[in-house]
Amino acid sequence: MSTTNPKPTGGATLPPTEPAHSVPIKAIKLRHPWRMVFAILLVLVFVSVLVDAAFRPAYDWPAVGTYLFDRRISQAAVVTLQLTVYSMVIAIILGVILAVMRLSPNPVVKSLAWFYLWVFRGTPVYVQLTIWGLISLIYSTIDIGIPFMDPWVSFSTNAALSTFTIAIIGLALNEAAYMAEIVRAGLLAVDPGQEEAATALGMSWSQTMTRVILPQSMRVIIPPTGNEVISMLKTTSLVTAVPFSFELFTRSRDISAETFNPIPLLIVASIWYLFFTSILMVGQYFLEKRFARGVGDRQDDKKDLGTGTGVVTGVVPVVGSGQPTVIVPPTIKPKTTPPTNPGGQS
Amino acid sequence: MSDMNPSARNTPAAASVATAPPMVLAEQVSKSFGSNEVLKSISLEVKRGEVMCLVGPSGSGKSTFLRCINHLEVLSAGRLSVDGELIGYREANGKLYEMAPKEAARQRRDIGMVFQRFNLFPHMTALQNVMEAPIRVKGLPKAQVEQTARALLARVGLAERAEYYPAHLSGGQQQRVAIARALAMEPKLMLFDEPTSALDPELVGEVLDVMKGLAKSGMTMIVVTHEMGFAKEVADSLVFMDGGVVVEAGDPDEILTNPQHRRTQAFLSKVL
Ligand SMILES: Nc1ncnc2c1ncn2[C@@H]1O[C@H](COP(=O)(O)OP(=O)(O)O)[C@@H](O)[C@H]1O
Ligand SMILES: [Mg+2]
Repeated sequence: MSTTNPKPTGGATLPPTEPAHSVPIKAIKLRHPWRMVFAILLVLVFVSVLVDAAFRPAYDWPAVGTYLFDRRISQAAVVTLQLTVYSMVIAIILGVILAVMRLSPNPVVKSLAWFYLWVFRGTPVYVQLTIWGLISLIYSTIDIGIPFMDPWVSFSTNAALSTFTIAIIGLALNEAAYMAEIVRAGLLAVDPGQEEAATALGMSWSQTMTRVILPQSMRVIIPPTGNEVISMLKTTSLVTAVPFSFELFTRSRDISAETFNPIPLLIVASIWYLFFTSILMVGQYFLEKRFARGVGDRQDDKKDLGTGTGVVTGVVPVVGSGQPTVIVPPTIKPKTTPPTNPGGQS
Repeated sequence: MSDMNPSARNTPAAASVATAPPMVLAEQVSKSFGSNEVLKSISLEVKRGEVMCLVGPSGSGKSTFLRCINHLEVLSAGRLSVDGELIGYREANGKLYEMAPKEAARQRRDIGMVFQRFNLFPHMTALQNVMEAPIRVKGLPKAQVEQTARALLARVGLAERAEYYPAHLSGGQQQRVAIARALAMEPKLMLFDEPTSALDPELVGEVLDVMKGLAKSGMTMIVVTHEMGFAKEVADSLVFMDGGVVVEAGDPDEILTNPQHRRTQAFLSKVL
C-alpha cells in the first residue's frame, strides 16, 4: 500500500535523468550489551553518591543555601570576575606584543622577549604575587623622569598601587608569558603565503599583521586562550599572597573561619566558579564561530550558497596544507557563472 | 610622485615611449641563500607592454627571480630596476642606500603578483579580497573601491561570486579572484608564478583566458609557466632558465620549434 508507483499517474513525468530511489538498508543493529551494563553501573554509582551527599550532615546544605547569595560572597564573586577579566585583557595584549617580538628579525627584541618568558614562566605565580606584594618595600616611590636625574613626578608606591592593582599586575604579567606562546603558535600556523601576498600588494608589516595574519591565527589562538581564561579564574584564588583578600576563595575561607563550618562555604565558592566557567565556555563557543568565517562555515553561509542552484551538492572540499580548494564538477556548473571573459577590454 | 601614473607618461605617444626605460631591466642579478647560489648573473629586459614567459625545470630559480623583482627577496649582486626605478635601493652620489620598508612597499604597489597557490585571504570574501589593498594601502574611499572591485570581478567573469569566501570557490575561480585582487592596485607590471600549476586540468583554460585578455589590453607581464601553448600564443619573448642561469632567450616560436641548447631541448621534450 505504501509502495511508490514507479509509473507516473498524473500528467507530469519524472525527468529522465532522475535516478531511481535506492532502497534504504534495513539491517538489525549491532548490539553492545557490555556498553549498556557499564553505563547503568556508572549511573547507579553516581546516583548513590548524590543521594548519600544529600543526607550527609557535613555538607550542611541549608548553610550552602544561606551563603550562596550572601552579600559578601556575591561581592567577592564579582571581584574574582574583575581580577580575571582585567588581568586576561592585559595579558592578551602583552602576549601579542611578546609573540610578535619573539618573531622579530631583530635579535635584541627577540632576546628581550625570550628573557621575559624565561623569568615569568620559570617561577611560580604564587612567588611572583608575593614579590609584587612586597613591591613597596623594594621601591618606596615611583619616579617618572630621566634616570639618575631629579624625577619630574614622584608617587609613593603604596598610594599609587592598591593591592587590587598589584594583584592584577602580578596575574597579568605572569599570564602574558603563557599567552605569548599561544599567540606565537597561532601566528606560525598561518600559511606564509598569506604574508607574502599581503606584502606583494604593498601592505605594510603592521597592516599585514592586523588585517591578514592575526585574524587567521585567531582560530588557533582562541581555544587555548579559553583554557587560560578558565585557568585564570581559578588562579585568582592565589592573590591572597599579595595579600588581597576580597576574592571568592579567600572571602569564603574568612567567613568559614568565623563560623567554624568550612565545607558549605567551599561548596558555595565552587558553585560560583563553575557558574563563571560555564559562561566563559559559552562565550568561547561564539567567538570560535565568529573567527571560523570563510573556513569552517560551510553550513552557515546560506546567503552565499543559495544563489548557485545545484552547486551545493557538487561541492567537494579538498583541504590541503591550509589552502582550501573547492572543486565544482564541471557537469553541474551553476548557470550563474557567466563564461570567462576572454577579451578583457580595458 | 611623477611615476605614480604610468598612463600619464604614455600620452605624448611616440616621443616618450621611444625614450622610456624598459619596464624591467635586470643587470647581472645574482641571489644566494647562504652558499647556495640560486641566481647567477641574470640579465634580462622586458619592454613596456611586453609579455615574457619564463620556463625551466623546478628549482632553476624562476620563483626567486620573480620575488627579487618586487623585493620579496633581496639581491646579492647586480641591479634590478622597474620602469627606470631601482628596486630596493636608492642611488645618490654614486652610492646605494637601502630602502626603508615603507618605500619598498610603495614600489610593490605598482607590481602585481599572482601565486601558484592563489594565497587569497580566506577570512575575506572575493570582493573583500579585491578591495583590501586599495582601501588600506592607497586609502581610497570605500564606495569607489567597491565599484572598481566589482568591475574587476566582472572582468574575470566572477561578478556573481563577489560575496563568496575563497573556500567556496573552485581553484580556477580563486586564481581569477587573485588576478583581480592584483589588478585592483592598478599595477604597471604583473608577475605570475605558475598561476595554473595548482589547478585541475579542466580549470586551467579559464585562468589562461583571463591572462590572455590582460596581455591584449597591453599589460606588461612576466609569466612563469609550463603551458607552452600559452607561451607560443601570447608571449613576445621566452626565456629558458636552468640552474640559475638564462640558457636561452628569444622569440617563443623559434625556441619552441628549434631550441639551440641541449638543456632546452631536454626540457622541452618533457613538457611539450
Ligand atoms: N628562502 C629560501 N631559502 C633557501 N633556499 C631557497 C629559498 N627559496 C628558494 N630556495 C632555493 O632556491 C632554488 C630555486 O628555487 P625557486 O626559485 O623556487 O625555483 P623554481 O621556482 O624555478 O622552481 C631551490 O634550490 C630552492 O631550494
Ligand atoms: Mg617556483
